[in-house]
Amino acid sequence: MDWITTVDHKKIAILYLWAGGLFFGIGGIEALLIRWQLIKPMNDFVDAQTFNELITMHGTTMIFLGVMPIIFALMNAVIPLQIGARDVAFPFLNALGFWTFLFGGLLLNLSWVMGGAPDAGWTSYTPLSTSAYSGTHGVDFYTIGLQIAGLGTLIGGINFLATVITMRAPGMSYMRMPMFAWTTFITSAIILFAFPAITVGLVLLTFDRILGANFFEPGAGGSPVLWQHIFWIFGHPEVYILILPAFGIISEVIPTFARKRLFGYSSMVFATILIAFLGFMVWAHHMFTTGLGPVANALFAVSTMLIAVPTGIKIFNWLFTLWGGSVRFTTPNLFASGFIPTFTMGGVTGVMLASAPADFQFHDTYFVVAHFHYVIVGGLVMGLFAGLHYWWPKMFGRMLNETLGKWTFWTFIIGFHLTFFVQHFLGLMGMQRRVFTYLPNQHFDTLNLVSTIGAGLMGVGTLIFLTNIIVTSRKPPDAADDPWEDGRTLEWSIPSPPPEYNFKQTPLVRGLDALWKEKMAGNKGMTPAEPVGSIHMPSATPLPFIMSVGIFIAGFGFMFSRDDFGGGFVSFLFNNYIVTGLGLLITFGSMLLRSLVDDHGWHIEPEELEGR
Amino acid sequence: MTTSHAEPVHGGLPHEPEKATAEGRNKVLAFWLFLGGEAVLFGTLFATFLALRGQTNEGPTANELFHLPLVAAATFFLLVSSLTSVFAIQAMHRNHPAMLRNWLLVTVVLGLCFLGLEIYEFTQYVRHEQFGMTTSAFSSAFYTLVGFHGAHVAFGILWISLLIGQLGYKGLTVVTAPKIYVSAMYWHFIDVVWVFIFTVVYLLGKVG
Ligand code: HEM
Ligand SMILES: [Cu+2]
Repeated sequence: MDWITTVDHKKIAILYLWAGGLFFGIGGIEALLIRWQLIKPMNDFVDAQTFNELITMHGTTMIFLGVMPIIFALMNAVIPLQIGARDVAFPFLNALGFWTFLFGGLLLNLSWVMGGAPDAGWTSYTPLSTSAYSGTHGVDFYTIGLQIAGLGTLIGGINFLATVITMRAPGMSYMRMPMFAWTTFITSAIILFAFPAITVGLVLLTFDRILGANFFEPGAGGSPVLWQHIFWIFGHPEVYILILPAFGIISEVIPTFARKRLFGYSSMVFATILIAFLGFMVWAHHMFTTGLGPVANALFAVSTMLIAVPTGIKIFNWLFTLWGGSVRFTTPNLFASGFIPTFTMGGVTGVMLASAPADFQFHDTYFVVAHFHYVIVGGLVMGLFAGLHYWWPKMFGRMLNETLGKWTFWTFIIGFHLTFFVQHFLGLMGMQRRVFTYLPNQHFDTLNLVSTIGAGLMGVGTLIFLTNIIVTSRKPPDAADDPWEDGRTLEWSIPSPPPEYNFKQTPLVRGLDALWKEKMAGNKGMTPAEPVGSIHMPSATPLPFIMSVGIFIAGFGFMFSRDDFGGGFVSFLFNNYIVTGLGLLITFGSMLLRSLVDDHGWHIEPEELEGR
Repeated sequence: MTTSHAEPVHGGLPHEPEKATAEGRNKVLAFWLFLGGEAVLFGTLFATFLALRGQTNEGPTANELFHLPLVAAATFFLLVSSLTSVFAIQAMHRNHPAMLRNWLLVTVVLGLCFLGLEIYEFTQYVRHEQFGMTTSAFSSAFYTLVGFHGAHVAFGILWISLLIGQLGYKGLTVVTAPKIYVSAMYWHFIDVVWVFIFTVVYLLGKVG
């Protein structure tokens, strides 16, 4: 009950972590099934339809329901602490964002047991995804599930933007903000400007499928390429929504364990902004082969390659930070250091793909699959592992086991390269992506076998990580405030895990790496910016949960609104949008309740703070 | 942390009650951000409409359908309602809850007039012109863009009406003021969107 009504950002972080972890597990199992199908030529482990469902759900689940929520988990756990705030700007919305994400994800995954999962790829290209080619409710689960989950992401993005703008502690100017706070800020801005595009795309596709509209129906004047434009104008920025937070994490972990300040802090900030900006102008590099023409292709190719410049700046800054530092290879730092070469390789294949003429060869082959897994798994997932190991003691008050951590790292990174390195060659040799099997004796056999073995090894790495979590959770919570001893930022100046109110007194920030600065000045902790006083806290509430249940019901109702449930009462309920209406009523009713009942929250008094 | 006080400050309200508390300021800021997202949303819908507006699939064309006097009347109602919502905010800043309520009421009534005309327009098209959601790519794009805007108007009407009710029994405080202010921002936003719809959909449809 506590968990359902909480509005505390630290608990919401944990909710995001468990939910994201759950979906990550589901997506991982889907990946292993895909790899098992491809282990040998002409395999019949799954049929073509199931294979399509597996790849679609794997991609969709991983991106929207796996890694994004884990990113949000870390942001929620860390950002208010790093900027010296007692909370996010809108605790209620924070909870609402989590619950809509969760119910959207549940809706999407229910497709497995409710008549067929989406089967048109995670990009849901039209006309493959129109009713003519995808006859089950699968794609409806995709459009409506993602719509609901996307709402949660958008809410989260706005909340973090407002939090960073308004809740920074005294003295924390923008140019004193930790890099993770910066990348969260920029990522949230990308979310704000990219997600509404996919919102519209999903609405249009839903209307085509459920209301018989013609947006993507060439026979009635619609345009399938329009979907690609809308999808990628969201989709390309989305890849930066994924990678920038990882950049932020790496920029926190490396200075801590190199015991040096981040090299080129301000160039890092500007590189981040530049990447975000350029990210909005390159979407058509996913569409070189749709026939945009040579001029458009050339422009998009060049603008894409430009992104390599700020990205390169980042890579060199991390290397220069490590250079000459007294580096400690703890688990988080292993992941961070492993990130650098792996991500760089993904960037290099990206530039190769950005060459439009060459892309005519690479497009829709395993070369592309290798590219984006190098950036997403070798980049983002490694970054998340680094971040989770790094902030685990802050989140849970317990240090993860270092030995198991190192095992996780080595099995994971070796498995990763085994899986995806060979896919570059498979692609160059002409193996197409999204095809459920291949013929023997095309030189695909061995490399596919290697790839599947690698995937198994990554699975083992993940299991070791789970074991580590279980082992750790049995230990007493005894992590120090600053368990890595070289913490530089504000979150390490308060207890692990932090009390509900984070900071007894708001800290005064006197420079970049605020805590490090105080340590170097010989102080034991932060100087407070205010006397101990009564602290205002928001009250817990079940409304965000209930509102999301309402949206969930409405989504279901709408999805089945054209179905014939053998006549009778159920058909009546759905066909007249009664179920939809009921769901919306629950949601709007809760909104009304929220606005009518004034909630002043509660206060923690100074006596209580001292008596802890 | 700044606390929120429901009671008016020192008996009277500060000059800009919507910005008197940290919560209020946050709310206004977040709403600006939200409107940024809404702008992208409508931008995408406009782009879709522009891409598909010629694809009439042998159904009615824009030129055959649109009846400018009707649309002009709707435009008039909506533009004036924006003005009245400005008056409402001015009344709020002068701490005149009764005036505030009256101007909000006028705004809602004008919004209802707009919505009524739009519903009338749509039913005309469907009944007499065989122009429905499924007719052509153009029709789908038209109903989705204009309908989305209409849904926003409807939501705005509901929202402001509820705020009028709330004003009735809670009065004008530093808690209710930001809500009213933000709803006025929303109302201006859908008004601006309508100006674009009027130009891009209707005027361009008639002459372009
Ligand atoms: C230097 C940076 C990068 C460049 C130049 C680049 C370039 C490209 C190009 C040209 C493609 C299209 C290939 C094709 O479909 O034929 C592509 C695909 C892709 N990239 Fe990147 N990329 C870069 C970084 C990233 C990052 C950081 C991510 C994610 C975190 C990412 C994720 C993806 C994904 C998911 C696809 C495949 C989408 C699909 O078709 O399913 N890329 N990249
Ligand atoms: Cu891209």
